[in-house]
This record gives sequence, structure tokens and C-alpha cells, in this order.
Amino acid sequence: MGKEIIAMLLAGGQGSRLGVLTKTIAKPAVLYGGKYRIIDFSLSNCINSGIDTVGVLTQYQPLKLNSHIGIGKPWDMDRINGGVTILSPYLKGEVGEWYMGTANAVFQNMHYIEKFSPRYVAILSGDHIYKMDYSLMLDYHKKNNAEATISVIEVPIEEAGRYGIMNAFEDGRIYEFEEKPKHPKSTLASMGVYIFTWEVLREYLVRDSESRESDHDFGKNIIPMMVRDNRRMWAYKFKGYWRDVGTIQAFWDSNMDLVKRVPVFNLYDPAWKIYTPNPVKPAHYIGPGGSVKESLVSEGCMIYGTVWNSVIFPGVCIEEGAVIKDSIIMSDSRIGANSHIDRSIISEKVQVGNHVEIGIGEAVENELRPEVYNSGITVIGARACIPDNTRIGRNVMVDAEVSREDFSSLWVPSGKSVFKGGESE
Amino acid sequence: MRNTMGIILTGGQKTGLKELVQIRTSSALPVGGKYRAIDFVLSNMVNSGITNVGVITQYSFRSLMDHLGSGKEWDLDRRYNGLFIFPPYLSDSSSGWYRGTADALYNNLTFLKRSNEEYVLIAPGNCVYKMIFDDLLQYHIQHRADITVTYRDMSDFPREELSLFGIMELDGSGRITDFQEKPLNPSTANGSMGIYILRRELLISLLEECAAHGDYDFVKDVLIKKLGCLNIFGYRFGGYWRNMSTIPVYYRCNIEMLDPRIRNELFMENGKVYTKVKDEAPAKYNREAEVKNSIIADGCIIEGCVENSVLFRGVTVAKGAVIRNSIVMQDSRIGENACMEYAIVDKNVVIREGKHLRGEASWPMIVGKNAVV
Repeated sequence: MGKEIIAMLLAGGQGSRLGVLTKTIAKPAVLYGGKYRIIDFSLSNCINSGIDTVGVLTQYQPLKLNSHIGIGKPWDMDRINGGVTILSPYLKGEVGEWYMGTANAVFQNMHYIEKFSPRYVAILSGDHIYKMDYSLMLDYHKKNNAEATISVIEVPIEEAGRYGIMNAFEDGRIYEFEEKPKHPKSTLASMGVYIFTWEVLREYLVRDSESRESDHDFGKNIIPMMVRDNRRMWAYKFKGYWRDVGTIQAFWDSNMDLVKRVPVFNLYDPAWKIYTPNPVKPAHYIGPGGSVKESLVSEGCMIYGTVWNSVIFPGVCIEEGAVIKDSIIMSDSRIGANSHIDRSIISEKVQVGNHVEIGIGEAVENELRPEVYNSGITVIGARACIPDNTRIGRNVMVDAEVSREDFSSLWVPSGKSVFKGGESE
Repeated sequence: MRNTMGIILTGGQKTGLKELVQIRTSSALPVGGKYRAIDFVLSNMVNSGITNVGVITQYSFRSLMDHLGSGKEWDLDRRYNGLFIFPPYLSDSSSGWYRGTADALYNNLTFLKRSNEEYVLIAPGNCVYKMIFDDLLQYHIQHRADITVTYRDMSDFPREELSLFGIMELDGSGRITDFQEKPLNPSTANGSMGIYILRRELLISLLEECAAHGDYDFVKDVLIKKLGCLNIFGYRFGGYWRNMSTIPVYYRCNIEMLDPRIRNELFMENGKVYTKVKDEAPAKYNREAEVKNSIIADGCIIEGCVENSVLFRGVTVAKGAVIRNSIVMQDSRIGENACMEYAIVDKNVVIREGKHLRGEASWPMIVGKNAVV
């Protein structure tokens, strides 16, 4: 028997504006919210919505994602019929072929979809933080007898130009789609969440694959083509928390949303849990001199210092006298005694020495990557080592794997970058 | 230790644990913020390479079964071997109730006979310790022992608790010369940890002999009776060890985990401790939180003051509440301005606003599961 609906989860996003956070991992694999990776939200949404068959399309730096997802056990997707399957680009006959776009990625895996002969296919993005019941969207799709339903969210009119905007009639039927319009006619932005009637999508995927000019992208090609053909397309309004944590600032903001007294985004709802592989670590410990306020702290942490308005991932050790403020500290990092960290993102397995100061002084845009590091947040890459007594300014980027010897001076002013062996990107 | 199978005994009702064991066997007692007592011996076995483990249950084992499931958290959901659970059963030859440890083992003789490991490690399920069993087996083989019993110097227990152990005397070679079960006046502090290793074939014949005589207790009817005719050796363990047998020990063990050295020994050294996962979000601290010297599990939401305490998963502490020297189990809710000292609060308890609970360090106050105070 075929499945009513299966999902194709696009997890190839490079997330280049997340800078060093996505140096060795794809955007969906970036750590978020004290124990999760970004992709956990879409995967958990699937299983919580009753979708138990998910193809995950990976391309960019897939190693971390592959090991994270495994056979899908944490999401209860280790199934006999269906479950989660990682779909990487592969060789066909003589030549290998990368995914040329989101639509092409799905097109190349049509045989995977056909195997389940689904009536509907959900196309999802693994890049976003949100909780959504796709089954309600499917009900809406069926009720309208639609061929495509596109989930949309209201955005402020002044920001609408950054999104794909759906122009719809009163009843929700879409008559026009504009990608990043200069003069937006509506404020309904596409969330990159689609439900298609599979027969119809298949036809368009095949047509798109034959076009030489196409970018083979859902937003740029498939949706406009369907609008032009006047297919039955509906906009499904989503109300709730949805963030594209695509920039350092947006990523930081969304993490900080979680520490509010009544968070706008609730991770504690027993009816809609977010699943992730659990670290095998004991419950965390707050020392006699420790103090934690307005923060999230995960398993295996040892906190002897002060933590304020921060998100602390599993296995982090914060030594005595250290003060962490408005920061994100990712798994298994250690912050040395009496070090002060302000408005910074410290990646996984970073060693910060004693008496280190990070995030001090004026905010000056990063000299090399101003488009990435410009909101005053300093970012330290995974497995970097920061020597004792180092002082680091704002909008600084310290590359992954940087060792103590790579610091030519113990003073890194705002806007500078530190690279491994002095290499440049 | 591929040539050793494990048997975990979770029988024996520990009346010293009062309300805490009304609903669960002592092996299923929650410890250390997210574990149950049996996690330690199970993880020790798995970390020692034992992949064929039987758990023999008797009293209120529902929560234990629920916890163990298919054994996947311990990597024991195997096609070949893995985890087996043996509750009591009724048959022509079985009364449906284990009369003692030897009886329990005898009733599951099939499991022993069907296995093909050379050695059997028998251990209780209610003890908190970290041990790799390889050295024990090595010692057993080196001393050509028939049975090796693990013991430790129990002087870190109060004197009155010593008489709850099996106390042994050893000669210079390590051979056990005297073994007294729960003596009134213990002659030494060498207490048995209830961990035995012996050849599987020997165990089968000892159990058959026991059953033929109508005996049923492994310590009384096998160990003590055979002291003269078998080589029974003692293996000394030097690490931290607590058995969940009375309220004071249970309380002490949890509080002792606040000590970094003990936490390190239990959780960082000699492999990990595995347990059933709950998929809780990270713990959340609000502005008013004041937490010192405490273990806090995932899913807690804290707005009050917590000191020298252990909070299990999903506990909420409202504003103005004060928790000192206490243990609060999963999903309990502590209301505004409530205050507790030296208390053990079981799962899913509600402590209403402004309530005060106070026990003694030597005998903490207990609030039973699902209670509303």
C-alpha cells in the first residue's frame, strides 16, 4: 500500500552568511537552542505530524548531518516501511551529477518517491526554526482540491522585499508569485514549505529538467511555472514562530528568544517535543560559587562561574570567576577561570584559557567579511584554542581549529580575524 | 569479557526504603538526577564487554520493565544475546514466587543452560558504583577460585548499617575463611557487595544441588555452606559504592554525587553510564533563580532558590521557593514560596504555595509519588 504523504527535506543549505559556524557543516547541522541542530525542528515536525517517511537531500558538507540523523532513531523513524533515508548525489551511468538546484535534487530522487507511490509530497527546508503541524496544511490542501499549497507567513511590508511573496485572492488562491519584489503587493512570504499533489509535481519536475535555462529551483522555477499555467495553488497561512536563522544576528536573536521568561517559542510542550540524539552525559552541576540566570543549560555542564542571558550546550565547563553574558556556548567547550565573554558565539570544543576577554570595545564591522560579522557579535570557530590573557574585540572571527600559536598578539581588536597558520579564506 | 554472561538480581524487598519502594523495586530507584539504580550495574556490564544479560525481577517490577524496554539504551537490543528479563512465573515446578536468590536462579536454569559463556557474573541491581569487571575475572582465574566474591571496606558506612551486610574474614591469600550474613556484631568491615563470579557449569550444578535439598538462598545455602569444600575468594574493590537499601543510604548517595570526585568516578571514568532518554529540553533558569551546589537535570524550569540538592528531569521551582539539601524527582512542581529542607520528593508531586517541609539529615522527610501537599 502506498503512503498518503511523504516528505522531501532539503538539507543542502550552505548557510554562507553564518560564517565560520558553517565552515565544516551544512546550515541544517548548526547547533541551536542548547541541544538541538537546526534540522531537528523539521524532522520533529514531520514525525509529530504523522509523516514517517522522509528523504533528506544532502550535498554540502554532509558528514555531520549523516551521523546526526543515522537511521533516524531519535525521531522514531527507524521504520521497516519508510523512515528516514539520506539521499546524496550519486553516479548515474558514466557521469556523476551534483544537485543543480532544489527541484533538481528532488527530480534526481524521483525513484525514491515513486517507491512509496504517495498521493502527496511535502517539500520542506531543513534551514528553519519552527513548529508546524503539516497534517493541518494537508487537510487544507485536500479541502481546496489544490495541486500545490504553499505555506506563508506575514512579514512586515518593509521586509517583504527579502522574501518570495505570494499574491493571493481572498480565499487563499495564489494568482501571482514574486521573488524578492522591489514593490511588494502583499506581505505573505513563502516559508519554503510546500505540499504538492505528486502527479502534478512529477509532471513539472520532468518539464523543468528538460529546460536548459532553468535554475532547477522550487522558488525560482517550479512555482512560477505552475502559477503561469494557472494550476490550483493555495497559500496556507501559518501563524506562529518561524525564523530563518540565516545570519549571525538572526541566529543569535533566535537563541536568545528561548531564554525569555515566557518564550515566544516553547520547547517544553510535551505534546510537540523536539527530538535529537541525546548526549550520554549526567545531569548538569552548578558549583557552590556558580550563578545562572535567564539562561538554558544542558546535560553534562559544570558551571562554577556566572552565566547570564545565555544558552549553554551539553558538556560545557565554565570555571570559577568566569562571566558569560548574552552568549551562546556550544557543546564540550571550556571557558577558563576569570574569563569574560560578552555577546559572542563560541562553537563546539573550543578551549578558552584563563583571564580571557571576548567581546570588548566598540563594534567595528569585520574587515574581511563585513556582510557576515557586522552586528557586534564575535564568533569563535569549532575546536579553536584561545590562549590565557587574550583580549578579543567585537565582530571578530576566530577560525576553526586555530591554535594558541596562531595568535600573533594577545590583543585582537574589533573587526579583525584570526586564521589557522595565518591562511586567508 | 566475551566469555562472561551477566545476571542482575533485583528481587528482595527492601523494607528500609519505606514509601520509595511501594511502587518500585529498589533497582528502579531514581538516582543522580536522571538515572535509575540499575543503570550502573547494566552500564558496568556493557562497558566490560558483557552482551548477554539476564535481569531477574520479583517485587513491583513494572517501572523496571518500563525503564529497561528492549535494552536499546545499553546497546543490548541484539539479534544474538542481549537483554532478557525474567519475572516470576507459574508452572508445575514453580510456585510463581522466588523464595530466595538461589531459587530465582534455579527457576531460570534454562537461561543458564542455553547460554554458552564460560563464566557467570551475578550482581544486585540496586547498587551505585562504577567498575570494570575484567580485573575481577582475571583475579578469579589467577587464584583458581571456584567462586570469587567482591567486597570492600565498608567503614564509610555508619556502624549500625554494617550489620546489614554479609561480613567476611579472609586469610592472607585472599581466601574467605568466614562469612556471616547480617551479623549483630560485625568482626570486620569487609562487607560483601553481592557480586559473584564463577563458572557457569559450576553454578548450574550448585543450583541443582540446592534445589534437591529444598534450599533457596545463594548466600546461606551455597556460599556459607561450601566455604570448607570450595575455593571461595574475596576480591577487594576500592571505589565508591552504595547500595540502595535504606532511606539514609539512598539520600546520602544522591547528595554525595554533588562531590566532584565522586561524580567524576561515577560518570567520567571507566566508560559512560547509560539510561533511558526522555527528550527533555535544556533546563531553563529565570531571572530569580539562585542555584548553588546542585545537580539539575534537563527539562527543569527554575525561578527559585536551590542549594545542595538534586533535581530530576522536568521539575519546576516557582518564585520564592527554597529547596535545600533535598532530592526532587521527575516532574514534581514546587509552588511559590514553598520551602523544603532534608526532603525526598517522589515523582509527580505537587507542593503547594507556601508549604513548609522539613526532615532531618539522618532521616529525611518523604513525600510519596503523585502526592499533593
